[in-house]
Amino acid sequence: MRTLFRFHGGIHPDEHKLESSESPARRAPLAKKLVLPLHQHIGNGAKVAVQVGDRVLKGQMLAGAQGMISAAIHAPTSGTVTAVAPHPVPHPSRLGGLCIHLESDGEDRWIALAPLDFHAMPKSELLGKLRDAGIVGLGGATFPTHVKYGLAPGQRIDTLVINGAECEPWITTDDRLMREHAEGIVRGIEVLRHLSGAAEVLVGIEDNKPQAIAAMRAACAAAPIEVVVVPTLYPSGGEKQLIRILTGKEVPSGGRPTNIGVACNNVATAYAIHRFVDHGEPMISRQVTVTGNVRVPQNIEVLIGTPLAEVVACAEALPGTSGYILGGPMMGLHVDDLHLPMVKSANCIIAKSGQLFPPPPPAMPCIRCTRCAQACPADLQPQDLYWFAKSNNFGKTQEFHLFDCIECGACAYVCPSHIPLVQYFRFAKSEIWQREREAQSAEVARERHEFRQFRIEREKQEKAERLAQKEKAALAAKPAVPAPLPVAADPNADPDNTLQMRVDADIARANMQMRIDAAVARAKEQAAIVQPKNTDDLTPHQQAEITEIETRRAKLREIASHAGADDEPSKSN
Amino acid sequence: MITALLVMIGISLALGAVLGFSAIKFKVEGNPLVEKIDAVLPQTQCGQCGYPGCKPYAEAIAKGEADINKCPPGGEEGIRKLADLLGVDYKPFGEGAAPKAKAVAFIDEQTCIGCTLCLQACPVDAIAGAAKQMHTIIASECTGCELCVEPCPVDCISMKLIPEDISNWKWPYPVYALTPVRNEARKVEAS
Repeated sequence: MRTLFRFHGGIHPDEHKLESSESPARRAPLAKKLVLPLHQHIGNGAKVAVQVGDRVLKGQMLAGAQGMISAAIHAPTSGTVTAVAPHPVPHPSRLGGLCIHLESDGEDRWIALAPLDFHAMPKSELLGKLRDAGIVGLGGATFPTHVKYGLAPGQRIDTLVINGAECEPWITTDDRLMREHAEGIVRGIEVLRHLSGAAEVLVGIEDNKPQAIAAMRAACAAAPIEVVVVPTLYPSGGEKQLIRILTGKEVPSGGRPTNIGVACNNVATAYAIHRFVDHGEPMISRQVTVTGNVRVPQNIEVLIGTPLAEVVACAEALPGTSGYILGGPMMGLHVDDLHLPMVKSANCIIAKSGQLFPPPPPAMPCIRCTRCAQACPADLQPQDLYWFAKSNNFGKTQEFHLFDCIECGACAYVCPSHIPLVQYFRFAKSEIWQREREAQSAEVARERHEFRQFRIEREKQEKAERLAQKEKAALAAKPAVPAPLPVAADPNADPDNTLQMRVDADIARANMQMRIDAAVARAKEQAAIVQPKNTDDLTPHQQAEITEIETRRAKLREIASHAGADDEPSKSN
Repeated sequence: MITALLVMIGISLALGAVLGFSAIKFKVEGNPLVEKIDAVLPQTQCGQCGYPGCKPYAEAIAKGEADINKCPPGGEEGIRKLADLLGVDYKPFGEGAAPKAKAVAFIDEQTCIGCTLCLQACPVDAIAGAAKQMHTIIASECTGCELCVEPCPVDCISMKLIPEDISNWKWPYPVYALTPVRNEARKVEAS
């Protein structure tokens, strides 16, 4: 029996899992139009690799990974790319993001698929393949999987934690997946074990999923993988919390699990890796729980990009539905309409009704009861963070480790004053990010300004140097000027030396005239050289035409010069 | 007596040497306060403060020649930061110096005649172009200082507000709708 550890705090919200966990997962019908946001993962959005009008096959890459942290997007079905245009995407801002619009042809024809022999290829190549297959973490954060295993030199992973806790109420996709596809998940875990080189593999599952535990235990019997049952406590499915429960290790503030030799992946990610490695299928679909105020709560396998309305239609929303939650009730995104497309991060759609989700009572002042601090799984002081965030004292929120907050909502859940604490923390986080962006651009602007001043100074200096050199060259070239005209002057005849001066001036003028003449001659020579050569052998007819044009031009020039004399000179051109 | 004098002289020489050495070794170039003030300023280099750039303004503040409320791009928060740094009172913006929403310059490339006047005006070299070639703004480097707008002879530069998108969207400050107390309830309370 493994010793389990406890993370700080945690809550026990109503589970509501039985509604959807008992019926087998089904497949959603193929939608006519699919919308694929380019930004479905943490990091840079994908870069479009197709053109409008292109016919694509199911599984074909539509957009490639861009930069270090990014992942590819693939066509979920065969069809035609109709547009690359903004479309509302599941985001709290309710703003649109760039999406690829795909019209399906109904044939659902795959590209040529080939399984991968992952043992035979170097790790870096396998990581590249995972990136190009669009494999991202399906636990909710959609962190690209290949980034987790691209270890810095000197880093190593001892323990691989597979997250099957699924602690958030209502959601049952991982539960169903483990019951139905335990073998596939184990295949995916094998790939992750190979990638990480971990000696120990632990699968953490909450004790409210006995069938999933049994199925996973049966599938793992032959493999060196240990299935560990963890007590049900929200948010034990948080990455840092599950690692704490299973290993007793704490991920350092601001760090990643790899810093303490642990890697963590969701069971659904492991299954997606199995689909890719053993069947060649990139990430084009995922399982989603549709539950809440619907007639048939269930899990549905949905193609990425399917409009949410069509997904909900499979479960038949009941009258009285006032809105939807994308994700779980604790951390999910509240949406009003279902024009949004299905994305890789969406693990649950809950239809809200006044009965199931009554509107929160009005917030009242904080009485500093510190129940939030007792519930906080990150061991923070939410009442202080709230105080600082509310008064825009962002420096202080950072001192109190705001960025260790996982936004799980446990604090707001227990708050007797019903203060939406997480909203304050999100507000403070995005304000801090904004300030960081501004500080960065100010730094760039300062550097550019300083370089510009340096450049101007340098150009000035270079110009001065050039001028000085020119002068020097001119001085050196002076003797080359034709010798002054010989003068027969008798200095004795001119006691005042005035004659000598006059003669000197004459000589200088003559010299100048000579130089000007030489320059004119040079210019004429050059003009002769550059004269067009197509006037040599002309027919008499052409010659006549040219003379005619020339006379017309001369006449025009004459008129223009007259006009120029009358008018302002600036208009004569 | 002589020994005491020699000891005292020896000590003073040794200490003097230490002081002299540290004065050279730990010499502070320029005024460190200027750097601190400059770090608070937004680096738009717009000259709205009346100085030719952020650094000169920082120098003027450090010398006590300029007020701290002359920088509209820094916003009220900038004034507060300067007030904190310098230990002086917060001062609101004067008349006509209100901060504006952040914008970047935009060149109408159909109208641009390639005169390079804006190139020379841009304090951060954020305009690409050459004589008699079309110019364009490198939007990511533009600080929105508006210094290029004035010199353009054909008025082809306009300032465009930066649109809000997912990358720069911020969570709003949480606000709640207040539910008005019904009149009857108030009457009941009053009676």
